[in-house]
Amino acid sequence: MQNINWRLISTHTILIIGVLFMSLPVWVAFATSTHAPETILRNGLQFWPGGHFFETYNEVLFVEGGVMKKVTALAMLKNSLILGVGFAVGKVVISMLAAYAIVYFRFRLAVPLFWVIFMTLLLPLEVRIIPSFQVVSGLGLLDTHTGLIVPLIASATGTFFFRQFFRSVPDELLEAARLDGATPWRFFVDILIPLSKTMIAAILIIMFVVGWNQYLWPLIMTTKEENYTLVIGIKQIYQILAEGGELPQYQKAFALTILATLPPVLVVLVFQNWFVKGLVESEK
Amino acid sequence: MASIELTGIHKTYPNGAIAVRGVDMNIDDGNFIVFVGPSGCGKSTLLRMIAGLENITSGTIKISDRVINDVSPADRDVAMVFQNYALYPHMSVRGNMSYGLKNRGLPKTEINDKVEEAAKMLRIYDFLDRQPNQLSGGQRQRVAMGRAIVREPKVFLFDEPLSNLDAKLRVQMRIEIKRLQRRMGVTSIYVTHDQTEAMTLADSLAVINQGKIEQMGPPIELYENPATLFVASFIGLPQINLINVRFDGKKLNNGEVSLGGFKGLPTDTDLVLGIRPDTLSEAKPAKLKLRVDLVERHGAENLIYGTLIGADIADEDATEFCFKSDQHDLPDIGSTLKLNFDPKQAFVFKKSNGERLV
Repeated sequence: MQNINWRLISTHTILIIGVLFMSLPVWVAFATSTHAPETILRNGLQFWPGGHFFETYNEVLFVEGGVMKKVTALAMLKNSLILGVGFAVGKVVISMLAAYAIVYFRFRLAVPLFWVIFMTLLLPLEVRIIPSFQVVSGLGLLDTHTGLIVPLIASATGTFFFRQFFRSVPDELLEAARLDGATPWRFFVDILIPLSKTMIAAILIIMFVVGWNQYLWPLIMTTKEENYTLVIGIKQIYQILAEGGELPQYQKAFALTILATLPPVLVVLVFQNWFVKGLVESEK
Repeated sequence: MASIELTGIHKTYPNGAIAVRGVDMNIDDGNFIVFVGPSGCGKSTLLRMIAGLENITSGTIKISDRVINDVSPADRDVAMVFQNYALYPHMSVRGNMSYGLKNRGLPKTEINDKVEEAAKMLRIYDFLDRQPNQLSGGQRQRVAMGRAIVREPKVFLFDEPLSNLDAKLRVQMRIEIKRLQRRMGVTSIYVTHDQTEAMTLADSLAVINQGKIEQMGPPIELYENPATLFVASFIGLPQINLINVRFDGKKLNNGEVSLGGFKGLPTDTDLVLGIRPDTLSEAKPAKLKLRVDLVERHGAENLIYGTLIGADIADEDATEFCFKSDQHDLPDIGSTLKLNFDPKQAFVFKKSNGERLV
């Protein structure tokens, strides 16, 4: 008994340390964001919430020029949401269609084509960022949501996951559907998509978080403040802090950081059941 | 309602494997045909070609005098029941059954009527709003049949539909399928490797071996009058007893076993004598002596296995000799039984090509 208790205590200690290590910085950021700038300047980081919660967040969210010069955090939040959702939905749609073609249509070079797609994993955005920028600017899509999203939505990972999933769907379902008079499109919509529900959810969630956290591409793509995403906004506000010239608004920087982490956390919390299901099981 | 006509059907897979080599067959309207054969004999391929799920390498398939070689599966007016049911897992029973009708653009009320009627017939009416994973194997198989029935197809195709069910349910479903087919009178083709199913269901049985039809006809005719060694050994349970023999002009000989009563057989070639276990009887004079080494009690009958005394059983694939007796006959292990049979009920085949001689 003694032994088991020690074990429990030691494992839990390690876990608790891990949790603190991960979450304390977030807590400190939040606590600090609720203080007046003078307090922060005088006393440094704060571990307990202060009395300026509404003041700070109200200014960050709703007052133009509160943080940046022209744009509120709310507008940036909206841009980030559009990017995150567009990115995730676009990736799922494109990769599902690609995987559907590869798995269910017998055409020449289907297998080599798949591996070509797969190999693009070796070429992340950073490698092709200059040509991508040139293409987008040539199309006149700079500073638009389309230009922000479209160059990012081709997804080798998604295609790979959906391909593996489709291959595990029994052939008889396709045959039964063919005998039932389903066209290829109907089979896709009526059978494959509902079967991939959990898979789609899992990929949507991962991709939303990835899209939300995109940094380099929006940084290059957006030149006007009203097109900034939250992540870029954070970068800008920290830059202002570093450059000085005004009274440093640390509490707003922290508030913005907290705001930027909230949506991905919410998405994961709300959809975690689906997420886990999609990764571990597939009912067929 | 439809007749089916297969002419010169061949199937070669892209990798060069030949699955079907020249099948000709006429199936009359309303008949229940069973394809039976060992696994890999091409029976499923043949069925899938009729369904339109496999391309036909050469030959023509006609349903009701219409050539359907290049008609899409949906337009052939056939319905198929799969071995693993192939129900759409995310649709309710009702959804599964109505999907085909929906794709054909039938009005909703009509679909509903048809689905409910079929569901009543199959006794799955109470499950209409359940998901397939809430159903037992037998119920799922019923849904799969319901999906086929509602379409009112010209032809039913069954691809080993009962293989995934347990033995008791299989017997029950077998009877239901037969009854259903009688009632609806739809031309049906049923693929199985289970010869009990084959014997009991078929109006006409096609024994397929290596991509060819060995023999086709009413089951009992195939049992009583097999055309080849393959058919004789495939049809009948317990399996027919086969003994390698040679003819010396008067008698069939194997080691010390010598059997008279046969005439006009070639003397220059190896022959195989086939005797069904149920045509043997314990009687004198003994033509065959059996040393008993196993008795299987099946209730109403006993199957007695052993080796033939005096026979030269060098042939490695020669199975044990079996004798079907009634339940009161319980010989001791190691004892000797004296058996007799009527030469008229025995078959003699040429060993080289399996051709039946007598």
